[in-house]
Amino acid sequence: MFYREAGDFKTSYRDDGQSFPIKLDRYGYYAILAVAAVVVPFAINDYWANAVLLPFLIYAIAAIGLNILVGYAGQVSLGTGGFMAVGAYAVYKLMTSFPEISIVIHILLAGGITALVGIAFGLPSLRIKGFYLAVATLAAQFFLVWLFNKVPWFYNYSASGQINAPERTVLGWAVTGPAATPSAKYLICLAFVVLLAWVARNLTRGMVGRKWMAIRDMDIAAEIIGVNPLTAKLTAFGVSSFFIGVAGALLFAVYLGAAEVTEAFGINKSFLILFMVIIGGLGSIFGSFAGAAFLVLLPVLLKNLLVGGLGWPTNLAAHIELMIVGALIIFFLIVEPHGLARLWQLVKEKLRLWPFPH
Amino acid sequence: MKLKLAALAAAAVMAAAPAMADLIVPNLSYRTGPYGANGTQYADGFNDYFTLLNERDGGIGGEKIQVPECETAYNTEKGVECYEATKEGALVFNPLSTGITYQLIPKVSVDKKVLYTPGYGRTSAKDGKVFEWVFNAPANYWDGASVAIKYLLDQNGGSLEGKKIALVYHNSAYGKEPIRTLQELAKKHGFTLTEIPVEAPGQEQKSQWLQIRRDKPDYVLMWGWGVMNQVAIQEAANIRFPMENFIGIWWAGSEIDVLPAGAGANGYKALTFNGVGMDYPLYADLKTHVLDTGKASQGGQHVGSAVYSRGMYAAVVIAEAIRKAQELAGTSAITPEQLREGFEQLDITPERLTEIGLPDFGPEIKLTCANHGGSGMARIQQWDAAAKKWNLITEFTAPDAEVLDPLVAEDAAAYAKESGLTERSCD
Repeated sequence: MFYREAGDFKTSYRDDGQSFPIKLDRYGYYAILAVAAVVVPFAINDYWANAVLLPFLIYAIAAIGLNILVGYAGQVSLGTGGFMAVGAYAVYKLMTSFPEISIVIHILLAGGITALVGIAFGLPSLRIKGFYLAVATLAAQFFLVWLFNKVPWFYNYSASGQINAPERTVLGWAVTGPAATPSAKYLICLAFVVLLAWVARNLTRGMVGRKWMAIRDMDIAAEIIGVNPLTAKLTAFGVSSFFIGVAGALLFAVYLGAAEVTEAFGINKSFLILFMVIIGGLGSIFGSFAGAAFLVLLPVLLKNLLVGGLGWPTNLAAHIELMIVGALIIFFLIVEPHGLARLWQLVKEKLRLWPFPH
Repeated sequence: MKLKLAALAAAAVMAAAPAMADLIVPNLSYRTGPYGANGTQYADGFNDYFTLLNERDGGIGGEKIQVPECETAYNTEKGVECYEATKEGALVFNPLSTGITYQLIPKVSVDKKVLYTPGYGRTSAKDGKVFEWVFNAPANYWDGASVAIKYLLDQNGGSLEGKKIALVYHNSAYGKEPIRTLQELAKKHGFTLTEIPVEAPGQEQKSQWLQIRRDKPDYVLMWGWGVMNQVAIQEAANIRFPMENFIGIWWAGSEIDVLPAGAGANGYKALTFNGVGMDYPLYADLKTHVLDTGKASQGGQHVGSAVYSRGMYAAVVIAEAIRKAQELAGTSAITPEQLREGFEQLDITPERLTEIGLPDFGPEIKLTCANHGGSGMARIQQWDAAAKKWNLITEFTAPDAEVLDPLVAEDAAAYAKESGLTERSCD
């Protein structure tokens, strides 16, 4: 009744093949974009930007990146934290070496550098699969973190090994450094998210994405029908690492402002993003957003509810929060192993038939 | 679903907004995670001193102090969230984490909040000309490194020529801090320095101590925190390293670090910039007004421990700075700007400490516009495993300013250049 496709006729293949074929979906998407781009920047304050929206947007990019690799191409990776560190350190070196060039270009270049590193570490995927590949990418995680901690050139020989993002502007607005306003930081992240999500959506439903999915579903069959596993796997690693590198660059430069590799890009980060992908839904762009929202917003929400709302001691709240998040993860995986994206899809299907289900 | 979450979050945030009080001193604590065992004691000491002031004196200058607590779990992302959540109306932050401090240093100068990092954080914040909003009195890591080396010089009749000193450190911003100073000191005094990193959190140190057993350094210094300390002291005991030649920084000098090693830890030394034990008159007041009335943070289970005392000492210094600021501003409801002034003119004399009820508890702290770090004096404490207590074995010792001052100036200048700041003048 509220959600239906009756009367929504397509008269061309182009119309039929669009991202949101149902009118209501499309309008909803435009409405969310409009609110996100026009209303939110005026309503946002420091707390909302730094505690809620920036991490959500940045982790969404990382989750999309990992989803391309794990969800679409079927290559398990535990190296996400390490690849994010590559993005962060690349953008730091670029920012400090070439201060006159725009930060936007630096962030994209950092993504490119991460893509190259990702392809290099993706090479073993041509010979090994499954758990063994996961272990190989785990090695990448530890190696990269060790490298950035060990070689002082990466952190410009600072005494403590920390990297600090200097102030950089886009169109005259500071987006990094302490003087950046919450709306400027939010808008730069939003721009990257919209752009990259659009790229990912179109890549995954085109030829490249179909090759990835063919490899995921059965690599031998894919090879027989003419999919080159070398290019398919390496493009998956490259594109995925590009996204993750951009996320790492934004995480360091725009969100945190200062970072230390072991703390900010440790193995925990790899697991966090893998959880986002699994809870959100493997092989779904929407799922990446839903997973990021679930794991970023829920802890903040619970903390505010338990400490701010109920006045519990902070340590008790922190422990309960871990337990609730953990229990919810298990609950969701039992009830819907295909993640929040599948839940959303079921809801949509039910709504289409409502109020006359069959 | 997303919308619903957002709406819920909005409701929760509204509910979480702190009630406006007179003086707000947030406590960014960590009671969970790998460093929770230490962080919880520090947070208790910090809370209890302000509770005491509220209960006994009705606050400072008639203004009650509110200490909203926020759990960071020693995690920088949560630290940023806590800072944003509590900064409304707040005067001063004390996050007890070098990583979070690095995160907050640029932010506080824009938001105009005081950042007080006693004994941790960025060492060069001592330079008030560059770090206008950051204070790290009474001592910083480089002071600590220098005082430790001075103590060793004393032990060796003034010369460390040809000695081997190993530094076992937490491989993070915190642990790396002293390296530069120790390298300079090694050049000056002719000892060789071996750097031995331990990966966080530091539960696995077999290879490090194997290396120490093989190299046989004369002394081992340690920059550790949390579980790393306990493991290191246990490993040192296992390889029968002479404990009296093993010196930890002040964060590696609490009871929980040495107790697990039992008698093996006897003789272990650590630096400290505050007194230990409960033989101070203040504890009588604390007992009457806080412990016996059941208002102690977490029921007062850690009262008197080394880390608790340090948390309390941080609160003492902040309270004194607030008092000074009130005096200077002529009003009791001060702003962070006025508190900054109060810190810059802070003068905690030994007489004042006695008045507070903590005679000889800390070094004299006299800050100026250019000097945000005080004298940097520290002393050595030694663990008595049989009596299960720390004993102070030296007086307050001043660090080697000749080596440290140029290093501080150099690092502060590098920070100023990197972030495009100009030094303010302090004349």
